[in-house]
Amino acid sequence: MLLNIGHTSKYRFEHPVHYGLQQLRKTPKSRSSQAIRNWTIEIEGGRIETEFTDHHANDVTLISFDPSATEITIQCRGLVETTDEHGVVGKQRGCIPLWLFQRSTELTRATPNVRRLTKGLREAHDNDIALLHALSARIIDAVRYEIGQTDTATSADTAIERGSGVCQDHAHIFIAAARAMDFPARYVSGYLMMDDRTEQDATHAWAEAHIDGIGWVGFDISNAMSPDDRYVRVATGLDYGEAAPISGLRFGAGSEALTVDVTVAQQ
Amino acid sequence: MTSGQKFFDEMRGINDVTRAPYDAYASWFQSEDPKGLIKEAKEAEAFFRRTGITFNVYGQADAEERLIPFDIVPRIISSKEWALLAKGIDQRVRAINAFLYDIYHRQEILRAGRVPKELIARNEAFLPMMMGVEPPGGIYTHIVGTDLVRTGESEFFVLEDNARTPSGVSYMLENRETMLQMFPELFSSIKVRPVAGYPTALHASLAACMPPDPSPEPTVAILTPGIHNSAYFEHAFLADNMGVELVEGSDLRVRDGRIAMRTTRGYKPIDVIYRRVDDDFLDPLNFNPGSLLGVPGIFDVYRAGRITIANAPGTGISDDKAIYSYMPDIVEFYTGENAILKNVPTWRCSEPESLAYVLDHLAELVVKEVHGSGGYGMLVGPAASRKELEQFRAKLQAKPGGYIAQPTLALSTVPILTKAGLAPRHVDLRPFALFSPNGVQLIPGGLTRVALKKGSLVVNSSQGGGTKDTWVLEDD
Repeated sequence: MLLNIGHTSKYRFEHPVHYGLQQLRKTPKSRSSQAIRNWTIEIEGGRIETEFTDHHANDVTLISFDPSATEITIQCRGLVETTDEHGVVGKQRGCIPLWLFQRSTELTRATPNVRRLTKGLREAHDNDIALLHALSARIIDAVRYEIGQTDTATSADTAIERGSGVCQDHAHIFIAAARAMDFPARYVSGYLMMDDRTEQDATHAWAEAHIDGIGWVGFDISNAMSPDDRYVRVATGLDYGEAAPISGLRFGAGSEALTVDVTVAQQ
Repeated sequence: MTSGQKFFDEMRGINDVTRAPYDAYASWFQSEDPKGLIKEAKEAEAFFRRTGITFNVYGQADAEERLIPFDIVPRIISSKEWALLAKGIDQRVRAINAFLYDIYHRQEILRAGRVPKELIARNEAFLPMMMGVEPPGGIYTHIVGTDLVRTGESEFFVLEDNARTPSGVSYMLENRETMLQMFPELFSSIKVRPVAGYPTALHASLAACMPPDPSPEPTVAILTPGIHNSAYFEHAFLADNMGVELVEGSDLRVRDGRIAMRTTRGYKPIDVIYRRVDDDFLDPLNFNPGSLLGVPGIFDVYRAGRITIANAPGTGISDDKAIYSYMPDIVEFYTGENAILKNVPTWRCSEPESLAYVLDHLAELVVKEVHGSGGYGMLVGPAASRKELEQFRAKLQAKPGGYIAQPTLALSTVPILTKAGLAPRHVDLRPFALFSPNGVQLIPGGLTRVALKKGSLVVNSSQGGGTKDTWVLEDD
């Protein structure tokens, strides 16, 4: 499938910003399930300072704000050809050891709430993939999809308490629970073309678990399926914090307002 | 430690006969009037006050800044003794660097089972963000300050490998400067190897670790947390003597893909930064977001290969006290040789059998926090009260993995000058090694710390220790 992607993030600041930096993890990489035909990042109100590859092999762009910026716009566009690999991502690449993905983080602590979701799963399933799909189903049952109840700082535990959340909460809960069952697991940020629309609500997030003999396998908990050719994988990390499309820091008082516009359409 | 125990005295041996390295000094001392020397020692203190060497002592409410006491009797090391230490430190520094490269790449030593995976996996000093990063020149530990102790004629032990930001080098330099001013005649009769070249050597060593594509005017700078840091004096002293800028985080910005400092003529890029700020505070964009001391984005510029950070982030995994006990294996694994310098036998309290032993022998052992430094939070069994022992026992049982234990070593003594004449006091030694692609360079000297209290084994300046000038003699 050939997907045409547009992703614009626009920050407006209440007061001019003296100095600010943002890390962008907004560059998808070619791999067996996706070939990047072209991809560009354009910045208005700031400039690209440098690029590097982080420990998760994400391509990261560091940008700075123009002096006294009141607005900064980051616009990504590209064309990606995808194939359906049924969620199988394959072997761990790079030098990060698998055990690192068993480390819990603030957002993915294996609290009693998390452990409760794993109860009996091992006994009920011989097959790891079936087990993890069953986990995924339990999560969407326990935490219904609802926008506006949580934010990027919400932990897996808190989202379970609330009983509602979005894709990133589902991914955090899945990661926390999978790690509690000794699966290496990670967070994925990316794009999903929803069949019924071009304008997407936001970027998407899902999880991957590492299964012996198969490698990394994706689970989109919010949509109760493994990623297919409507998905584009952009960045991975131990949790949202490491895979976030934008993480930044600015010097200057006042609030900021962010508007995000994501379009994913079949070419 | 029983009061009757005999310690090795570096001046008088164990038989109360002057040892060869001290011959010349001892005969000079005999010809001096002790009262005159005591007067001179007081003048030395005044000299220190003038030059402004002070040290903030944590946990002392009455004195925010305090002078570290200086003793005028030098600690003397023969050229032969030094050659052995130099060889051992060279080996150790290379092994530490190879270990760091391995831990942050393929982790062969874990695959080989020589160091347990859990020791790295559960270690707060392990910095996953360093995985796959190529530090310029392949150097992680540009400056290492190895803490050594001596227990006999040829018995040296490594107490700690300080591979993060070892401090104290300014005392090595100032102590020598003081001695040169006070006793110029001694230095004309006794051939002592100079240490004054350290700032120049450090500058050259750092400059040899430039990133691949340095700026047109390659620049080294020192990053300090600021005047409230206990070692601020040293940061300013080194910057001054190296002829480089002393900067704080707020002076620096990311400009044109580099880290640049504000100057009167605009921003100037920095190629090598000798940072005296801990990893956690180094970059609020990547590490502790609450840090006001750091430089946002410096770790990104580092990962892009546009700046050298000395020492590299993440080196703490090599001098961690839990790793320490594996150093003989680490040296052997990467160099194929046995470690020249011995480790102090260490019980890892994370291991149930060791914990049981340690709890049974608490009154004989020294127990340290795995992540502690500066002599804080440690127990010296033989010197502890019954109450202190019981309190520590509870701590150990609550969090055994947080502690290691070592036998109480019979640390060597060197005399200090007291009103009653020379009196032996326990010492340790921290020499400073510089590492660049040109090799390991060990400055002949170091920081000798001395426990001023009779019988005390704790030499840390934060715990009331003093310092001495350390002489390494020229070849006989």
